Amino acid sequence: MRASDLPKPSPERLLKQVQAEENKRWGARLKIFLGYAPGVGKSYRMLDEARRRRERGEDVVVGSVQGQQSEEVQALLRKLELIEPLQTPSGQAMDLDAMLRRAPQVCVVDPLAAQNPPGGRNPHRWQDVQELLRNGISVLTSVNLLHVEEYREKVQVITGKQTTETIPKSFLLAADDIVIVDVPPDLCLWRLGEKLTPTGISNSQERQLSELRELALLLTAEVVDAQLESYVHTHGIEPVFGTHERFLVCVTPGCNARAMIESGMRNKERFQGELYVVYMRRPDVTDDENAAMESYLESAREAGATTEVLESDGPIEAITEFAREKRITQIFVGHGSDENWRDRLFGDPVLRLIRATEGIDVRVFPG
Amino acid sequence: MPAAEDTQRGKLKVYLGYAAGVGKTFQMLADGKAAAQRGIDVVVAYFEPHTRPDTIAQIQGLNVLPHRKVVYRGRTFEEMDTDAVLRREPQIALLDELAHTNIPGSKRTKRWEDVQILLDARIEVWTTMNVQHIESLNDQIWQITGIQVRETVPDWVVRQAAEIVAVDVTPEALLNRLKRGAIYKPEMVQKALEGFFKGSNLGALRELTLRQAAHEVDLQQSAYDETRGFQVPRIAESRPGGEADNQPKERILIHITADPSTAMIIRRGRRVADYLHADCTALFVHRGAEMSQLPAKEREAVEKHLRFARGLQIETRIVGGSDVAKTVVEFARRHQVTQIFVAHSQTRLRERLRGRNFAENIVRLAQDLQVTVVADRSRRPGS
Repeated sequence: MRASDLPKPSPERLLKQVQAEENKRWGARLKIFLGYAPGVGKSYRMLDEARRRRERGEDVVVGSVQGQQSEEVQALLRKLELIEPLQTPSGQAMDLDAMLRRAPQVCVVDPLAAQNPPGGRNPHRWQDVQELLRNGISVLTSVNLLHVEEYREKVQVITGKQTTETIPKSFLLAADDIVIVDVPPDLCLWRLGEKLTPTGISNSQERQLSELRELALLLTAEVVDAQLESYVHTHGIEPVFGTHERFLVCVTPGCNARAMIESGMRNKERFQGELYVVYMRRPDVTDDENAAMESYLESAREAGATTEVLESDGPIEAITEFAREKRITQIFVGHGSDENWRDRLFGDPVLRLIRATEGIDVRVFPG
Repeated sequence: MPAAEDTQRGKLKVYLGYAAGVGKTFQMLADGKAAAQRGIDVVVAYFEPHTRPDTIAQIQGLNVLPHRKVVYRGRTFEEMDTDAVLRREPQIALLDELAHTNIPGSKRTKRWEDVQILLDARIEVWTTMNVQHIESLNDQIWQITGIQVRETVPDWVVRQAAEIVAVDVTPEALLNRLKRGAIYKPEMVQKALEGFFKGSNLGALRELTLRQAAHEVDLQQSAYDETRGFQVPRIAESRPGGEADNQPKERILIHITADPSTAMIIRRGRRVADYLHADCTALFVHRGAEMSQLPAKEREAVEKHLRFARGLQIETRIVGGSDVAKTVVEFARRHQVTQIFVAHSQTRLRERLRGRNFAENIVRLAQDLQVTVVADRSRRPGS
């Protein structure tokens, strides 16, 4: 296997490591409450946690609050200390200087995605949050899916809602903790003043919200998965397999690569999983075969797959090593028409692969 | 399930969590209370007597039905009194622990079976469960945590849910609750820390819960779209050339034997079939002329596996054939099967010497079909 195939930390993990190292000096933690739409109860969940922490003796201060508040939220706020936000002609901003002087253990910032009025220290509130963390103040904050940059367009397509204020997804991936505030769409709408409908999806509005909800659940799962991976790395323990379907399609010019990759894409979509396509290149490959394989890889990448070319004298070992490293749950291989001297000597590579992989399903495709 | 039947049965709502103490019961009772305040007739049909104090506080003001007391081997146990709930006829019944196994001698073995009775009586049921009790996840849970869960709920029961709620909390907060003694009694805490609450387990179970909830939410959307008779564009971004959905329907064939690994491939096949919207059949091939000629022990094991498959709503077939691998493959071809599921039994020396084991024979014989060799998930990859 080439050196470039060795595990390399993703940008998110690097960012997280840097942030974690920075914050750890001070013990500050960032906890994000994610919701798929207004009305799920993010503020309530967050402020309720702030109240409980305060009651247990933590020094908790509220730095900013949402404009509209339910009675329950107001009741919680009355039990908490608040540093009055700055009022400017062009809007509200957290009084960052006052908060840093006050220096509590925990600061509540609701919501995370907000633009600061011009003239302040930071253009965006998430930058205020970073400053708090750098100063050793833990932060509880809330965000709505619409305000995550990578989801903005999707949410807009589904709901028609627009926003200019977003935070990058990497911000969520770098958080110490994320919690999804999940509530069925009917209750969410009811809290916003709509009539209560029967349990389940009853109308097109709930149908729309349900779609956002699915996205938010999967986003949270992704963040949790990233945390799990870094836990495994920092603790040096065995990787955790099977939380998430990860497909590895192994193709060679001799197998039905097109059908296998298409099936991989379908499986990725149905399982909301991850797809890797690996081209096992042999030294004796022709230019035409090589070009055909490259074009398959290209289309796989367009569909969101991660592709790799493995040049190896021991294909079985290369595949099992790759699969283990990527925490693969299913390997797709094909019966090949390109049997060579090695196969005749060591036996059918498909059968050898089945014997060599443990704990991973192997799906064999017709040639 | 036909739409007409759907409207006549009660609805099911499941609060899904990943461990004891995440707050499933608390959330269910809070929602139940809110419903009661809106004038809906809500009763608590069953809650765990060892419920935590803050949860018990939630129950104040709710209508709680008495439990059925059962004496078994000299000890008194409490169970849901299903008949009392039926007589009471509430609009919504709240009950803890869908995966619970009833005390021997009860009318039904499992609480989820009692729930079917309530749903049939048009009572809406809200209930709680942890992700590790979902049948088709059993082997994955084992692989991840090293723990084999005995009490399971078939996937189709969970799929009945008109609504699923993911009750989420960070593992850190959960561990704090555990250490404060808010979840288990002190003597239980250490055991918990060595079991499900150990290391990366909580994170992994949490991820499974979120993904399972997303999957159920996705199914609810499909069900809604079907009743409306239209297709809304799905959210997934990867759709190669739009061909994906025009693919002929997949058919999965699960090969059943007396070997214990069969339970694993049944669960795995069921799960894959559900996600791929595929048909699913289980097949047993007997070598002799009659199944009754099998040695009693083997026949019992096979019958157990066939019952298990039927319990997961998998159609079962039994055929005879002297060459088992050949018979399986021929059956698959005759029935337009697209994928055969076989277990990868550990190659015994005897088989090694003969050249191939059974799974490998199927792979060799069925070169025109897809064959999935299901891994033994009690072994971790590469370890």
